[in-house]
Amino acid sequence: MIFVEARSETHWYHEWVAVFAALSLTVVTASILLAVMGLEPVSSLQRIFIRPLNSVYGVSELIAKATPLITIGVALALGFRAGVWNIGAEGQLVMGGLCGGAVALGFWGIDGFWVMPLVLLGGSLGGLLWGAIPAFLKVRFNANEILVSLMLTYVAILLLSVMVHGPLRDPDGFNFPESRLLHEAATLPKLFPAGRGHFGFIFAIFFALLGTWIVKRWHLGFEMRVTGLSLNAARFAGYSRDRTIWTALLIGGAVSGFAGVVEVTGNIGQLVPNISPSYGFTAIIVAFLARLHPMAVIPAGLLVALSYLAGEAAQLSLGIPAASTQVFQGLLLFFLLGTSLLVNYRVRFGRAT
Amino acid sequence: MRGLTKYFGDFAANRGVDLSVDQGEIHALLGENGAGKSTLVKMVYGVLRPDSGDMELHSEPHSPDDPSHAKRAGVGMVFQHFAVFDALTVLENIALGLEGRYPGAELAADILELCERYGLHVELSRRVHDLGAGERQRVEIIRVLMQDPRLLILDEPTSVLTPQETEQLFATLGRLSDEGRSIIYISHKLEEVRVLCDRATLMRAGKIIDVVDPRQESTRSLGEKMIGERLKDTKRSKVKKSSDSKPRLTVRVGDVYPDSIRSVALSDLYLSVAPGSILGISGVAGNGQDTLFDVLSGEVTLPNPDSIMLDDTPIGRMGVEQRRILGLLGAPENRLGHAAVPDLTLWENIILTARHTRGILKNKHLISGPAAKGFADEVIQTFDVRTSSVNAKASSLSGGNLQKFLIGRELLGNPKVFIVSNPTWGVDAKAQLFIHEMLIKMADAGASIVMISQDIDELLSVSDRICAICHGRLSRTYPTEETTPDYLGALMLGQEVES
Repeated sequence: MIFVEARSETHWYHEWVAVFAALSLTVVTASILLAVMGLEPVSSLQRIFIRPLNSVYGVSELIAKATPLITIGVALALGFRAGVWNIGAEGQLVMGGLCGGAVALGFWGIDGFWVMPLVLLGGSLGGLLWGAIPAFLKVRFNANEILVSLMLTYVAILLLSVMVHGPLRDPDGFNFPESRLLHEAATLPKLFPAGRGHFGFIFAIFFALLGTWIVKRWHLGFEMRVTGLSLNAARFAGYSRDRTIWTALLIGGAVSGFAGVVEVTGNIGQLVPNISPSYGFTAIIVAFLARLHPMAVIPAGLLVALSYLAGEAAQLSLGIPAASTQVFQGLLLFFLLGTSLLVNYRVRFGRAT
Repeated sequence: MRGLTKYFGDFAANRGVDLSVDQGEIHALLGENGAGKSTLVKMVYGVLRPDSGDMELHSEPHSPDDPSHAKRAGVGMVFQHFAVFDALTVLENIALGLEGRYPGAELAADILELCERYGLHVELSRRVHDLGAGERQRVEIIRVLMQDPRLLILDEPTSVLTPQETEQLFATLGRLSDEGRSIIYISHKLEEVRVLCDRATLMRAGKIIDVVDPRQESTRSLGEKMIGERLKDTKRSKVKKSSDSKPRLTVRVGDVYPDSIRSVALSDLYLSVAPGSILGISGVAGNGQDTLFDVLSGEVTLPNPDSIMLDDTPIGRMGVEQRRILGLLGAPENRLGHAAVPDLTLWENIILTARHTRGILKNKHLISGPAAKGFADEVIQTFDVRTSSVNAKASSLSGGNLQKFLIGRELLGNPKVFIVSNPTWGVDAKAQLFIHEMLIKMADAGASIVMISQDIDELLSVSDRICAICHGRLSRTYPTEETTPDYLGALMLGQEVES
């Protein structure tokens, strides 16, 4: 018989061993799959996972993709620790992009150092508002925040579409559903000579540091964690469940909105009907890959971003179907989550005690 | 059974235990928490397997692989924590414990016949969540008796019963032993063992210390043998009663409805505690104790601030945190998941209630890890908490050690008023004694203590005054020296007795 038992003590290095084991298992399994497909494993893996990073352009692309994942992942990690399941970061991102973009278009052509902060603020407020709706409904009517925030995502996407097809459409754009290109004062600088990596990555790192500080040192972070772990103990300690719900959803909303406006001003440069390839949903995976540690969200975000680049590389240079790269992503997630079980539990063979 | 040994890792829970129980005998198993009593009976009931040694049941070798095997061999066990399903009826619950029986009229008739025979009374069609603790236990006992066991094991069966219910249980057990059934009776309550049992086996640290006739021993001598050192007298010295001393805490409120439908509402609540005095509140579990605790601690606030007065401050509308800053501290009954977060370390659990003291919270918002760890360490030293370090998770401590830690966390904050619920529930005799001494010491230093408890011995030995709660209503309060267990039992059942 095989038994899974809780470990009586866990050590910090267990998590590192688990991550290393997961990466090794992914490489081994991927090699076998590639060999079955008739490809030479070592060089193929090198082409898929290493070559995309071999150039400044590649690194820049990686950072562009990782920026929203890390930014949102940090905010979600804080909320999930508090047991508040904000699944609607995608909608908050879209609202942030829409509101921030609208501010930028409102000041179109006007130069000034104050334009960019105002645009970023507008985006954050848009996301904050979108996060406030599920928070209010949860606190007031005990409405499930998973459903409300998820459904609001589709409302936000449709709202963006309406605005881009209507009021915010480029007057000189031949009726294409796109806004004007943002002017320079409302555009975030690029970080590299090539690729799309932009200044938003610096913000993302800052959020990870801030999140870590909130979790480790700030009483509010402790309060949220206690509320997430045990509602009764939180009540006894004098912590308010409502305050935790508000805080988690407002932080989640504002930061996701910030990620949205950063995506629009740093990467896309205009409002279009589709400003995010589901970054808000992928960030949920990133937060859990990081085991809800804000600092660990950085490598987790980079890893997931790499898996996207790897998919493109596999299609282009090896000619294998896009679906096979999803298999590789699936393998990685499977092994990471599987080995993370071993951090808190151990497997024992033998007879029942 | 002979030479039974059981290891958990390197820890010997039982070492070479020999025990024999005669036919028709009621045999007590006495010992502190962790002495190995539960391990021993779990081996008899097939939950655990011994590493070495063997057992015989009615001259046949007995080595059950699992509980159902043990049941077929004629062993029945009533656990300390009831294994009944709240949403099902009594009949359905009993049917679940029996293989191949369905909750129909035929089974009902069999159960009623059995109840008749043993003087047990229970309504089969009621749902278990409507039943009190005593009735739930009857359901368990009936379920076990339906299997016609030759050996019956009871694990602390009276911890939730009133004295009257306990007497009924003893009558039933007497009838069972007259029929030739053997009974192993695990208990902390030495008085009961003296009344009920034919022989008593004392265990300490996994070994048998002595086998005695409890009727020849005093409660005190049994207790000393069990703990291995002389018991100090917990009876507290009489407080000087100054009739003009003003109450420290006064509660006067009409009806209180709790926020959860599972809790009992309170009605016409009145109580007052003087400085330096311990008020004991007895009662059978589920009669409004949790709501009462929440109202006092501030987890449930009242609409009228004057409903609760702490000295001259109206605190009825204040929440937990404000009351705590004013010196009203508490320790709820449920340690893991109410008083402490199981997955957090000890020092993190300090922050829950002691964050306003000793610079643990800097600038109102920043947590000082060293300050919290320092305080945790102080609690561990002062209250003799056995644990690896302040970094141990709360869930890794034994019940007694965690309780010492949690009570210490509050008492080191020098409370003006301390509200405590079942302070020694599931705590071994030594820790129990220690906690009682600490409570008395705090009261002697001038604190007012409200102790909600189901343990009558504890109430009688620690409190100055006693009242009872029944269906959310408090009885009158009596000086402890004017009450007896019987008298308290009547109060717990809602009968006011003429004094």
